[in-house]
Amino acid sequence: MSDTTQDGQLLTTADGKPLKASLAKALRREKLRALMLIAPLLIFVLITFVAPIADMLFRSVENGIVADTLPKTVVALEAWDSTSGEAPDETVFAALYEDMVIAVDEKTHTRLGSRLNYEESGISSLFRKTGRRIKRMDEAGPFKEQFLDADKDWGTVETWQVLKRYSPRITSGYFLNSFDAQLTADGVEMKPEDERIYMFLFGRTLFLSIVITISCLLLGYPIAFLLAALPLRTSNLLMILVLLPFWTSLLVRTSAWKVLLQQQGVINDFLVWTGLISEAGRLVMINNQTGTIIAMTHILLPFMILPLYSVMKTISPTYVRAAKSLGANDWISFWRVYFPQSVPGIGAGAVLVFILSIGYYITPELVGGTSGIFISNRIAYHISSSLNWGLAAALGTLLLVAVMVLFVVYDKIVGIDNVKLG
Amino acid sequence: MSALPPYASPLQRTWYYSFRIICGLIFFFLIFPILVILPLSFNAQDFFTFTKEMLALDPAGYSFKHYQDFFTNPDWQQALTNSVMIAPVATVLATSFGTLAAIGLSQSHVPYKPAIMAVLISPMIVPLIISAAGMYFFYSRIGLQGTYWGVVLAHAALGTPFVIITVTATLVGFDRSLVRAAANLGANPVTTFFKVQMPLIVPGVVSGALFAFITSFDEVVVVLFLGSAGQKTLPWQMFTGLREQISPTILAVASLMVAISICLLTVLELLRRRSERLRGLSPG
Repeated sequence: MSDTTQDGQLLTTADGKPLKASLAKALRREKLRALMLIAPLLIFVLITFVAPIADMLFRSVENGIVADTLPKTVVALEAWDSTSGEAPDETVFAALYEDMVIAVDEKTHTRLGSRLNYEESGISSLFRKTGRRIKRMDEAGPFKEQFLDADKDWGTVETWQVLKRYSPRITSGYFLNSFDAQLTADGVEMKPEDERIYMFLFGRTLFLSIVITISCLLLGYPIAFLLAALPLRTSNLLMILVLLPFWTSLLVRTSAWKVLLQQQGVINDFLVWTGLISEAGRLVMINNQTGTIIAMTHILLPFMILPLYSVMKTISPTYVRAAKSLGANDWISFWRVYFPQSVPGIGAGAVLVFILSIGYYITPELVGGTSGIFISNRIAYHISSSLNWGLAAALGTLLLVAVMVLFVVYDKIVGIDNVKLG
Repeated sequence: MSALPPYASPLQRTWYYSFRIICGLIFFFLIFPILVILPLSFNAQDFFTFTKEMLALDPAGYSFKHYQDFFTNPDWQQALTNSVMIAPVATVLATSFGTLAAIGLSQSHVPYKPAIMAVLISPMIVPLIISAAGMYFFYSRIGLQGTYWGVVLAHAALGTPFVIITVTATLVGFDRSLVRAAANLGANPVTTFFKVQMPLIVPGVVSGALFAFITSFDEVVVVLFLGSAGQKTLPWQMFTGLREQISPTILAVASLMVAISICLLTVLELLRRRSERLRGLSPG
């Protein structure tokens, strides 16, 4: 496009400004106005939501506690060769004494002890014990003997190796822990067989989520198919049966399943009454994986039906009719003509259900017992019970990455702008 | 699948009816757990199953005692008060910020739109346990953990994506020449907004607000971590009840919450119809 007229004169607006500049100015103003409208929410979400997530990511690698609590010891330890096979010498112990006196005053030594205890059990009690003895130590030294006298663990190489390994401010320790590995003197190693729980839990979360997604698909497809085929008046009415569970509180539905699935619950009572099972043979359907799968399939089923329905609604019935008039039987016309057109709906529904289920916490916690819990339950446990926040953050980060990857897939299939509700 | 043609073969007939039966069973699976708690909440005994008296429809088997407990027990009443204090404030915050942003996003020239959209929608995508963990860490740093405002801000953040999605959906069908016409007739932007644009997007705003409300009202994971005993909401109380001492009062509360859901669903459906009628999308 040219911004000059044929005789070479610049196009101008009525007040004599160049048209191009004037248009650019108008566009800029429009952009600015749009941004001004978005800004309040953007700032709000950045502070209340994005910052917390960033904080969690930071915490998964943050490890300032050793360097903050024992600053002089960390410096002195730099000269010590951790492969020498011997505990450090007197200078390190002197630095440790100075640091510990301050730490005990501020009562930070127990926190450091419990932090290092995640990596090597026994260190927590070592710090506690030494903390109690520190006041009685002779300020003149020699410190090594006095520390060894307080707890002989100060003489072992392993204690000092752990201390040295975790003195940097950034650590990969929590992530290694999430992968059931640990940092040892010889580099990264897998934990002993009986201590590997996280990979197993991730695996189980993945497995149960896949089972739940498949059950949702198997139950959701016929319903969506029926709703899309029925006349609008009838399907709107039946849609209530899908939307009511969708709108009912998660806890209401979980409590309903808890009531139904109990050994003294409605389903078992009914089965005993019909004689299908004996009084002694009441089924155990709760506090195990069965409970989690049944309850979560029920809870997530509407999330499968709604996207499927919205895709199936757009499939024109004329294609199936054409296939039939060309001689295809019911099955062929469904499988070769209808089904391929419904695949985008399957993709959208399946990814949505899968994303929702791998992060589930409440339902597994209440009906899952010990065999039906997810990785989220472990994260919650580390936040509120074991107080190993770094590990909780690392596990959370891994889960977040998984969800983000899936979400990109979802975005490719459906598009973020096409998310519809109800 | 619509209607069975008269020339259908016996096999087609069988399949037609068995398919309907299968669908009926799935619908039953969807709705039964919700409906079953209604009669059970009137149980005169402290059982979670139907007693002989209930099955015989004997009035003695039914009572309002669990409802009575809910309305007299101070724990439950405190939880109800907290929920009622938190959810509306979170809803107002989420709706006002969300509506403004949705209007901004629907303008024709928005720089970095995909990135902004991703950030604004993220509270809906990120698993609740991760949001809860992050918020717990961050809010304890800035002293909001365990406070009323901490919970309100967190719930508002979780509710905004729903407002954006519903309001954007109503704005998609919005005819922009109406705004130009209003401006042409001498209305300033503020008048145009309130007299022309607002009435048309109101259904979207209200359904967004309902979504935001239910998000906060039903939310348990975040409040479990962020709140202290002073912010114990209804879902939190239900969660503790289910985990520790399962009492039939939970069923009475659950039944009341189902009633609330039915009301919300009705309002939403009416709004959807009104919105479609206003924008001329459907004849009826």
